[in-house]
Amino acid sequence: MPVTTHQANRPKLVVVGNGMAAGRVLEELFERRSGAFDVSVYGSEPRVNYNRIMLSPVLAGEKAYEDIIIHGESWYARHGVALHKGETVVSIDRNAKRVTTASGRNEHYDKLLIATGSAPIAIPVHGVDLPGVVTFRDLDDVDAMLGQAEKGGHAVVIGGGLLGLEAAAGLKSKGMAVTVVHLMPTLMERQLDPSAGYLLQKAIERRGIEVLTGTNTQAILGSSKVEAVKLDGGRDIRCDMVVMAVGIRPNARLAKEAGLVVERGVRVDDEMLTSDPDIYAVGECVEHRGQCYGLVAPLFEMAKVVAARLCGDSAARYQGSVVSTKLKVSGIDLFSAGDFTLGDDDDEIILRDPSRGVYKRIVLRDNRLKGAVLYGETEDGPWLFDLLKKETDIAAMRDTLIFGQAYQGGSPLDPTAAVAVLPDDAEICGCNGVCKAAIVSTITEQGLTSLDEVRAQTKASASCGQCTSKVEALIVGALGDTYKGATRKPMCRCTDLTHEEVRGFIVSRSLSSLPAVMQELGWKTSCGCPSCRPALNYYLLCAFPLAYRDDAQSRFVNERVHANIQKDGTFSVVPRMWGGLTTPNELRAIADVADRFSIPTVKVTGGQRIDLLGVKKEDLPAVWAELNRAGLVSGHAYAKGLRTVKTCVGKEWCRFGTQDSTGLGVKLERLLCGSWTPAKVKLAVSGCPRNCAEATVKDIGVICVDSGFDIHIAGAAGLHVRATDLLGHVETEEETLEYVAAILQLYREEAAYLDRLYKWVEKTGLERVRHIITEDHVARKALYERFLVSQRAVRKDPWAERAAGFNAQEFAPLAIVAPIAQLAAE
Amino acid sequence: MTHLSPNWFDIGPLEQIPQRGARVVKTPRRNIAVFRTAGDEVFALENRCPHKGGPLSEGIIHGRKVACPLHNWIIDLDSGSATGADHGCARSFPVKIEKGRVYLEMTVAVTP
Repeated sequence: MPVTTHQANRPKLVVVGNGMAAGRVLEELFERRSGAFDVSVYGSEPRVNYNRIMLSPVLAGEKAYEDIIIHGESWYARHGVALHKGETVVSIDRNAKRVTTASGRNEHYDKLLIATGSAPIAIPVHGVDLPGVVTFRDLDDVDAMLGQAEKGGHAVVIGGGLLGLEAAAGLKSKGMAVTVVHLMPTLMERQLDPSAGYLLQKAIERRGIEVLTGTNTQAILGSSKVEAVKLDGGRDIRCDMVVMAVGIRPNARLAKEAGLVVERGVRVDDEMLTSDPDIYAVGECVEHRGQCYGLVAPLFEMAKVVAARLCGDSAARYQGSVVSTKLKVSGIDLFSAGDFTLGDDDDEIILRDPSRGVYKRIVLRDNRLKGAVLYGETEDGPWLFDLLKKETDIAAMRDTLIFGQAYQGGSPLDPTAAVAVLPDDAEICGCNGVCKAAIVSTITEQGLTSLDEVRAQTKASASCGQCTSKVEALIVGALGDTYKGATRKPMCRCTDLTHEEVRGFIVSRSLSSLPAVMQELGWKTSCGCPSCRPALNYYLLCAFPLAYRDDAQSRFVNERVHANIQKDGTFSVVPRMWGGLTTPNELRAIADVADRFSIPTVKVTGGQRIDLLGVKKEDLPAVWAELNRAGLVSGHAYAKGLRTVKTCVGKEWCRFGTQDSTGLGVKLERLLCGSWTPAKVKLAVSGCPRNCAEATVKDIGVICVDSGFDIHIAGAAGLHVRATDLLGHVETEEETLEYVAAILQLYREEAAYLDRLYKWVEKTGLERVRHIITEDHVARKALYERFLVSQRAVRKDPWAERAAGFNAQEFAPLAIVAPIAQLAAE
Repeated sequence: MTHLSPNWFDIGPLEQIPQRGARVVKTPRRNIAVFRTAGDEVFALENRCPHKGGPLSEGIIHGRKVACPLHNWIIDLDSGSATGADHGCARSFPVKIEKGRVYLEMTVAVTP
């Protein structure tokens, strides 16, 4: 093919940038009309156009630079393109229609195409300029990383998005120790929901890469080169290299300096024109309808329109792109497309297969696909993406959509009937590989009558519990109506598992986060409901007291804001009065607060303390600060936790008193306060059997006698009235404290959320509790130790924390629109 | 500008509302709860449950619903309607996200 030479009569097209977008525009252009333009290309990199999205495989050593070249030198020559490698355009003179490069070269254009791409964002922390901090954007970066990887050492990747994870996996495969630090709680949070993000994190961690989510980088340390990364919370990670992969920013400076309209990127219309009718822009540097793209598919769609427009096709329009993402880390199958962020139960379909690590979620609106996330099994990604882009009406296949393309056309099965007609060798429990025949024969041969027995004997449904309903169907099939499975009460409609089963799995399988529980136990909704979320939050807190991060949005408002909501939306505030004791100073402080904040009602509670009713939410932090100053702390009157320890005056004053009941009450309250429990807990200590503190209708009651202390449990005086049962007798205060804490810990670890202590004792049996607490000394001591450990995490006054500003926005309106602002706007 | 033209007020950045949470916007006419779902959708409802006036902004948000903190009515965030056996509707208001900031349409928001 002859080389096209410069001809004066052809219009001049100058292209600024030689990345994938520019290359694609030229390809499309030459395909439409070869030789229509006299083309010059300026690229800052000293190379031809290569496939940037294949940098990860180059880093991982799966590909070489030569493998990823898109257009070699000969391609430019063949199309008569004047390619200026390593030549950066530094200014555009729109009046003279000329560009100038760094080396002083000058060139006139008729049409200009800006394709300057994007640049990595460097977070503004100290030390970001140190040698050893690299980005992951071009081949030079990859060379730098490979150079360090050869020497080994530790790399910290800042950013757990697509690029960061690909860099991490590449460096790990090259033998480096790697830590990923991600600011958000979920990896790739823009492409994944928390469930898929959880699975991804597990997969990354299985490769030996440390992943720290929800973690902020404070500084990069080192004198002459990178030596460590300092994280919020004080941890330093020693390292030899830092990869900055927190995101990209459109490279729009050149356009901006030329006076073009630039917002986040160079603004283009549907014709891909900038604010100058002779200047087009394409790729990652542009902003179209408020969107900037960092993926390759939109860039190809844009390139098509630019080429068509350059050839005079006035119908070509770019109308934005729906994007899909695939992570290019071998061995991890992950796909996400469209907007999968919907939460409405009616419009999402979820399939979880915990034993295979599969999670699929499809989001629908008006019977059309709006988004999809697939993890573990992604073959149907392109098919779903096609349905999404074409806005296909999926009403007819809605029931089987989640099973994928292969299932379309088959008749949907009723799941109950499906179990009955399954062949004998059909696998019922995927976790433990138990087939139908094994379950049925074990039931009949051993005369099993309950789910628990079947679990114990066959292991079926004993791991993730997802097959519980199938197993129950088999029991019903074998026993008919004699099976009383209906007494099993699932936690809520999000699961078939009971509270006790979920708790058991959380502990036995170390499921340490909400997404972990929901994924591994096959939750039927994506983010739970108001009944399971607070329960799970509590179970996790109880199982992992030091590591679990409380989820404020899974707490009922009272616990979230440390006060009790009232019928008019105001709150009530109850400071702690240890054992019912107070001082003139405390009383004065309470009176002052009531005056200062015009608190309408001050009332003495049934638990020997003072309730300030009708406090406005925005006043809460100031009220607490003032109470704190007098030494008053939260009474947890709002908590599923220890409320009060009611006491009588005891032997200090009372002529019948046998022990210092007030003093013991104070000690108990100091030991137990702050602890989260399944339901509220109230205690009392009476100084003699006359029982003025009413200890025999409390969750735990202590009655002092001459020879020591009687410990009672499981009383109630609310919706139900129930006198306590005597658990046992101890001789010293120290024993009393240990026994009571051990009882509370056993209750914390075993009871279903919202079950009061008496409910739990009725379910588990008084004798069992008595045996563990009073006879099994090893068990009791262990419970006591675990209680003390969990208390370490809550040994702070929540009020003081909030008064000091923790999550202060909780108490302030997002915005106040005052009449003056309204007038100004009109 | 006529009084009917859209009057979008910038009420702050999206990240100021917690995911599965809500914040209140005070207007001369009423308090409006602005909700953010787990999937970063936003909705705006009058901050009063149709049942007994409970502050919906304080409820637990799940999917596209919120549970009123007073008596656990479940309100649909999109329509404002009570779900299940309960009947009633909280007024809903136009709200949108643009470039990470939340905008509330104020003409409707201050209409009686």
